[in-house]
Amino acid sequence: MSHVTLPKDGAFHLPEEPHHPEGASTMLGFYIYLMSDCLIFAVLFATYAVLGGSYAAGPGPKELFELDLIAVNTAMLLFSSITYGFAMLAMQRHNSKQVIGWLLVTAVFGAAFLCIELYEFHHLIHIGAGPQRSAFLSAFFLLVGTHGLHVTFGMIWLFTLVFQVRKFGLTSAMQRRLGCLSLFWHFLDVIWIGVFTFVYLVRMV
Amino acid sequence: MSLTEFIFGRLTLEAIPYHEPILVATFAGVVVIGLALMAVMFRYRLWGPLWHNWIVSIDHKKIGIMYMILGLIMLMRGFADAIMMRIQQAIAFNGSEGYLNSHHYDQIFTAHGVIMIFFVAMPFVTGLMNFVMPLQIGARDVAFPFLNNFSFWMTVGGAVLTMLSLFIGEYAQTGWLAFPPLSGIGASPSTGVDYYIWGLQVAGVGTTLSGINLLVTIIKMRAPGMTMMKMPIFCWTALCTNILIIASFPVLTAVLVLLTLDRYIGTNFFTADLGGNPMMYVNLIWIWGHPEVYILILPLFGVFSEVTSTFSGKRLFGYTSMVYATIVITILSYLVWLHHFFTMGSGASVNSFFGITTMIISIPTGAKIFNWLFTMYKGRIRFEVPMYWVVAFMITFVIGGMTGVLLAVPPADFVLHNSLFLVAHFHNVIIGGVVFGVFAGINYWFPKAFGFRLNKFWGLVSFWGWVIGFWLAFTPVYVLGLMGVTRRLRVFDDPSLQIWFVIAGIGVATIAVGIFAFIIQIAVSIMQRDKLRDVTGDPWGGRTLEWATSSPPPSYNFAFTPVAYDVDAWHDMKQRNYQRPLNGYQPIHMPKSTEAGIILAALSTVCGFALVWYIWWLAALSFVAMAGYAIYHTFNRDRDYYITAEQVAETEAARTKLLATQV
Amino acid sequence: MKSFRIAALAPLALIAACKPVVLAPAGDIAIQQRDVLVISTLLMLLIIVPVIVLICLFAWKYRASNRDAEYDPEFHHSTRLELVIWAAPLLIIIALGALTWVGTHLLDPYRPLDRIAEGKPIEEDYTPLRVEVVAMDWKWMFIYPEYNIATINEFATPVDRPVEFSITATSVMNAFYIPAMAGMIYAMPAMETKLNGVLNHQGSYDGFSSHYSGHGFSHMRFQAHAMQTADFEGWVQKVREEGTDLTRETYAELEQPSENEPVTYFGTVAPGLWHALVNRCVEANRMCVDGMMAVDELGGFGNAGTMNVTELTTKVFTRGKTPFGAAPVVVDAFCTVLDSERVYGEEQLIVTAKDTSPLRSHALDRPGTSLTPAYTLLTAPSRAQAL
Repeated sequence: MSHVTLPKDGAFHLPEEPHHPEGASTMLGFYIYLMSDCLIFAVLFATYAVLGGSYAAGPGPKELFELDLIAVNTAMLLFSSITYGFAMLAMQRHNSKQVIGWLLVTAVFGAAFLCIELYEFHHLIHIGAGPQRSAFLSAFFLLVGTHGLHVTFGMIWLFTLVFQVRKFGLTSAMQRRLGCLSLFWHFLDVIWIGVFTFVYLVRMV
Repeated sequence: MSLTEFIFGRLTLEAIPYHEPILVATFAGVVVIGLALMAVMFRYRLWGPLWHNWIVSIDHKKIGIMYMILGLIMLMRGFADAIMMRIQQAIAFNGSEGYLNSHHYDQIFTAHGVIMIFFVAMPFVTGLMNFVMPLQIGARDVAFPFLNNFSFWMTVGGAVLTMLSLFIGEYAQTGWLAFPPLSGIGASPSTGVDYYIWGLQVAGVGTTLSGINLLVTIIKMRAPGMTMMKMPIFCWTALCTNILIIASFPVLTAVLVLLTLDRYIGTNFFTADLGGNPMMYVNLIWIWGHPEVYILILPLFGVFSEVTSTFSGKRLFGYTSMVYATIVITILSYLVWLHHFFTMGSGASVNSFFGITTMIISIPTGAKIFNWLFTMYKGRIRFEVPMYWVVAFMITFVIGGMTGVLLAVPPADFVLHNSLFLVAHFHNVIIGGVVFGVFAGINYWFPKAFGFRLNKFWGLVSFWGWVIGFWLAFTPVYVLGLMGVTRRLRVFDDPSLQIWFVIAGIGVATIAVGIFAFIIQIAVSIMQRDKLRDVTGDPWGGRTLEWATSSPPPSYNFAFTPVAYDVDAWHDMKQRNYQRPLNGYQPIHMPKSTEAGIILAALSTVCGFALVWYIWWLAALSFVAMAGYAIYHTFNRDRDYYITAEQVAETEAARTKLLATQV
Repeated sequence: MKSFRIAALAPLALIAACKPVVLAPAGDIAIQQRDVLVISTLLMLLIIVPVIVLICLFAWKYRASNRDAEYDPEFHHSTRLELVIWAAPLLIIIALGALTWVGTHLLDPYRPLDRIAEGKPIEEDYTPLRVEVVAMDWKWMFIYPEYNIATINEFATPVDRPVEFSITATSVMNAFYIPAMAGMIYAMPAMETKLNGVLNHQGSYDGFSSHYSGHGFSHMRFQAHAMQTADFEGWVQKVREEGTDLTRETYAELEQPSENEPVTYFGTVAPGLWHALVNRCVEANRMCVDGMMAVDELGGFGNAGTMNVTELTTKVFTRGKTPFGAAPVVVDAFCTVLDSERVYGEEQLIVTAKDTSPLRSHALDRPGTSLTPAYTLLTAPSRAQAL
């Protein structure tokens, strides 16, 4: 309530009920939630750092990862972040049709990302390099899989919002929700850059 | 897979422990009490009010009170475990196996630890913060009232899962931190560890969200004029505690996920055979576990500060250094986790580093003790019940602190680690700090919550029962530690130890008197409520804003948003002859109750239960239902309402009338 | 008054009557640890006692009913006083921190002893008695590599001879602790920890696990006997005569959980057993952990490594079937090129090491005079499960 000016007469209460913008704290709260989520990822990264070299005489990253595929995958997610940005710009112009359009484009990129990831997982399990084979693979599947689960959750949320934007229009509540999902989506992007660097790139070269 | 296996997973009739007389008797007791309660509820038609005024309520005061009730109920369970352990250890000598086999005894000490920390201490702490903090910062509610209700019911869900293990299946037999490989699927194939995991995961969601909620409340919703350095010290400790919650509970969530995957799909995080590393679990869980200790104690440091200052009739000595001490403790609590396992074989330099960082924490803690001491100095101390608890705390806690620093010296830890000395130490700080603080807080704020004070006589009986009982119970435990007795033993060879366990058992019986006296205290106070009535809203001559409103406060807390000019805002107002405004009321914007919290929490509890018993269809169904209901809830736009100016005027006029009778 | 004084002394007498082994140990290391404990306590009492006295004094003096006491509600800040209340604990902690740093390094369990007792320095060419300790479910095994004997739940050492323990566990974590001798240290599977200690007085002392490890934990105790050198030789002889052979098969049986095990002797120990059990390859077809780590250091075994596993057939305490995922597996020992041809026929997949430097494990201490090389080439896998 820092925006409220103190009464000049030194009174001990405000004469008027101060205006509470609805959901004024939501963005801050959501941001703090993301930071706690970030800590979960920090633990998973640490786990990968500890166990990432324990192949149990099984395959290592060099045999398992196809950097080209992962590069495409990374591009999908980065593009989806850009298109989400366009959706937010459209939101500022109060153009709900464009918002929905860009959100759907984002969803397509997100789905592509998930499909490629699922393909990779399927391939690994198929050749016998599933999460049970070694501690390295356990840590890999968990870290990448947790990120994938977050993206899946983000997709469900995104479709909910598409539906709600159609139903309610770009009300302030909807703008807030779009803002939260935007934070979430970019956050996943940042995490993925960490995954790409520390899981795929570092051990490949 | 047969059809029954599909429907019930691994749940069979064998899971009901009907061959265990102790559990059958407990179950009978629970049923009788439950039926009696139900009868009362039906007789007086209380279901409706219970649902509308409490269960779906998003009023922070009511949620705070419900947290305290949860803590109290679970305290009974945790304490029953303690009594059973004490009896077993007092009789299992000279070849006697005692009355508990290892299967039962090992569950009891695990459940005792888990319940006391997660479902007694945590609800007490969260409850106090929930009730007091918004009042102290002059807010109408917390930042996310619905989330608050949801967090509470998730905590209850975790407690329900933990309690269910009494009558369906079994609880973990691993110790309260469930170290693998012992907690792995091979050594613990049954449901115990799964109950442990899902109970903590469900409750953990609640704790994390409540941490975010209260933190945002403190940052965003302070009364105008209340800068950070004018915030009551309890709010400061609540702030630091919630930061600790947000920054440590995710680690617990993650490490339990790793354990879950090892147990459910056979990954190799903590197995020794395929490259896993059990020592990583120990590290990770203590990275959560040590801050957890400060999550518990910091808010009570706040309580002691408020109580000392109020009853000494003085402003808190060294407010600024108190704030910095709290912040320093918050930061340092992340740099000490390794002192829980010096004996793992890390090098001498690593051990000394963590030993010395641990000792450094005692500097700000020591400064706090001195600050309370000098708050009493040149004060005029009124010895009401809360103040008794403070003095007992200070004396008990410095000794617990001393043995703690002792255990932080690695060479000393090598001979005392995992011994009963350690057990005595952490009970010394948790009972002496957290429990004493909670009782100080309950006695202090009870009139604010219910409008009448607690009976002093029974309060003192409870106090002496606890204090004498504590020392009687744990001095022998310290001695046994020095005799080289390790913890979690079920039977003993050496008959000379028995006398100490018997004394400890008498101590626990004395604590039982203290607990019982507390219940009598509440009952007697309810009967004498007219005599103990507090109509002023300020029964103790308080100094902070919660005493500025009526007892109990109206749902909107303050008719007008208060303005703070001083740390002791209410004291400042009284000094400057503040007159309560009697007109000019405005309509007040309030959040609406919702049943979404309890529904979501109930679904997660069902999901947890299904996962424990491998009932996959139910787990999937309840999960989908949860997601679906959460989405459905986002479509609900009917979330707030206005208390009209007339209603406010009516409530406030009633108070004016009451105050007039006092003069 | 006199009876009051006696009553006050009663608890002290009670403490003296008990056996506070931590405060009165029989081994030099434990004695030094006790000294650190006592000095630290005294250091802290320097500040704790005055604080407790002040708490009582202030609580009494400034009680509301005492109208003579000064009342100054505005006394809430004093820079000088606050400096003192931060500085006093700081000074104590500086002293204690110095003590900690030195004490921790001098009493590091990994550090070989430099004295047998106060005033008895160790001679230059002294070899400690090496004892290999295995925490099993739920009993202790002691292997004496010098004598090639082993015992269950009984430990003996000559008085005044330094002992160097190498400690591991078969399945779950335990802590090895003889309070009279030296502080404890964890026993962990696939890990080897060290402990150096000595017993200076003849006698029998309690030893046990001080880390909860499951149902049989309470009975996981043993006696530690400190005897004169001649008696010790006699004891060794007795173990040799009465003992059976500790073969790998016997070990596999012992590994299964059991409670309340009686003292058992083994007159001979299978060669390489200690190395094999630390590295979890007592069964011949398993790859040893140190070998596995050496392979991992070179980047793993490639995709062929996915085939190099066998379903676990014997019962291992810490492994079990999970509801999802395949049955638990272990990594097979490598087979030779010939074995590979025999198993895989024409479509053989021979993987050559990418680095030809000798394979060595770096993370684990190499356990002394083991007869098995660090890198084992053993028989063919019992069956190639993945094919």
